[in-house]
Amino acid sequence: MQEVTEIRWHARGGQGAVTAAKMTAEVALSQDKYFQAFPEYGPERSGAPLVAFTRLSDEPIQVYSAVEHPDYVLVLDPTLLDVTDVTEGTPDGAVVIVNSEEPAAALAGRPEMSGRSVYTVPATRIALETIKRAIPNTPLIGALAKVSGLFPLEAVTDEVRASLSKKFGDEVVNANLEAVRRGYEEVSGE
Amino acid sequence: MSRKAITGNGAVALALKQVEPDVMSAYPITPQTEIAQNYAQFVANGDVKTEYIAVESEHSAMSAAIGAAAAGARTITATSSQGFALMWEMLFIAASLRLPITMPVITRALSGPINIHCDHSDSMGGRDCGWIQLYGEDAQEGYDNAIQAFRIAEHMDVRLPVMTMIDGFIISGAIGPVQTLDDDKVKEFVGEYQAVNPLLDADNPVTVGPFDGLHGWYFEHKVSQNRAMENAMRVIEEVGAEYGKLTGRPYSHFTTHHLDDAEVALVAIGSAAGNAKTVVDGLREKGRKVGLLKVRTFRPFPAAQVAEALAGVQVVGVMDRSDSFGAQGGPLFTEIRSALYDAVPRPQVLNFIYGLGGRDIFPSDIEEAVSVCEQAAAGESVTQERHYLNLRED
Repeated sequence: MQEVTEIRWHARGGQGAVTAAKMTAEVALSQDKYFQAFPEYGPERSGAPLVAFTRLSDEPIQVYSAVEHPDYVLVLDPTLLDVTDVTEGTPDGAVVIVNSEEPAAALAGRPEMSGRSVYTVPATRIALETIKRAIPNTPLIGALAKVSGLFPLEAVTDEVRASLSKKFGDEVVNANLEAVRRGYEEVSGE
Repeated sequence: MSRKAITGNGAVALALKQVEPDVMSAYPITPQTEIAQNYAQFVANGDVKTEYIAVESEHSAMSAAIGAAAAGARTITATSSQGFALMWEMLFIAASLRLPITMPVITRALSGPINIHCDHSDSMGGRDCGWIQLYGEDAQEGYDNAIQAFRIAEHMDVRLPVMTMIDGFIISGAIGPVQTLDDDKVKEFVGEYQAVNPLLDADNPVTVGPFDGLHGWYFEHKVSQNRAMENAMRVIEEVGAEYGKLTGRPYSHFTTHHLDDAEVALVAIGSAAGNAKTVVDGLREKGRKVGLLKVRTFRPFPAAQVAEALAGVQVVGVMDRSDSFGAQGGPLFTEIRSALYDAVPRPQVLNFIYGLGGRDIFPSDIEEAVSVCEQAAAGESVTQERHYLNLRED
């Protein structure tokens, strides 16, 4: 069977989860990997909980159903922890990265996190301090790069630079690069 | 050639842009897809010289396409779901006028209840309107089929409209890797458009679509449509082989996976064929003799070739993403079972309905279908009634 890494993104509409799933796919493209990125389709409403998925592999990916057993779960909004079980379907040892000011140990004690590797990163604060908007997606991609080792930090920054510099000036591009780097540096686990 | 991270919609829109037809007509609001939106952007940005006709309904979209094609223009439109249903009347007219219009269809459910998600009710409902139908598994196949559609439709032995399908949202909205050709290679492959008896040729006036009643040639006209379909069977393969030389991705009417020594086989169409392929690979590792036949060409239906490919299989499980209410099973099932009627020995054919209204089809659901087929192959009595996968039962 082919080795596929599966990622599930939890967010609220407007936090950039779909963009993050897509950006991760673009990073995979630049690494000559195979990839898939898709949201759980439905009406998109700002503030409503939503889920998006990314699959990564060294071989072509031919499964198109929703990700049931993600290896990585990224939570863009910590308030979702009380609304939904973000660990649903995850195997033992799955990695959960939460956008939160709390230390990872504080969240690791939650019953659903038992047996999971929990990490936190203050992604909203990083976003506010760098891009000046509460969109935590880019710091979380940096955090994913660090925790997973799926791709190097440079692959993410190169991709962010390539995709944003088409539309934005240096100031915006550099702010986003800083957001990715800080996500990479400030993520911490148990 | 380059490799892109792009949605199914984006891949198909890019293919159309690279062909750059003369006219696109489209109804630009729900339930339209991003293909029409992307193409409108290409026109607005000056990337293409296509005349874009924004019409007031999908019925009008197909009517305008028919008018433009009859006038002598290479013409496209795009649709999905209820839009497809509203085109219904005009789909038959496009085909019977032998206009080589091409149309990507993003397959989605039909109301009611209201549902926007993937199934094949729209395109399968239109299987007998006289259009050639090609189904793709992923964004790559959506791109490739959209390009080949022009060559098939415009071939002088065919001159029939072609619709190319990819699964709504599952493929149309998902980002995947797609190998794309350079613009000039695509233009070279499809070639210059040759109009037949165009209305705008004022020196050679023709009438298009007149009354052809009781003492006319309506019946003969219908027979000629079917002969064109028979010709298309050959042309689709020729074009698919030529496209293969250009891209390294040859296309035929269907593909097989581990079918040679299979005792049970699944038949699938669209993205579920990818899921099924993965399941077959997994079961093969466990020593189970399972195979897969993935259908690309549904109209014309390559019955003889399909029967040959499935010869020797004991039980065939046909997966349908739409139903044909009150019929013996879904559209793909009745087609496959009919194709196997003359086979000796004749395999047992079971029908699995799945995925209606976007209900997910997981690998475990497909494994269940294989298990049912294996039970039948082992001589257990298995119902010929529809089997449903991932159905919530009370």
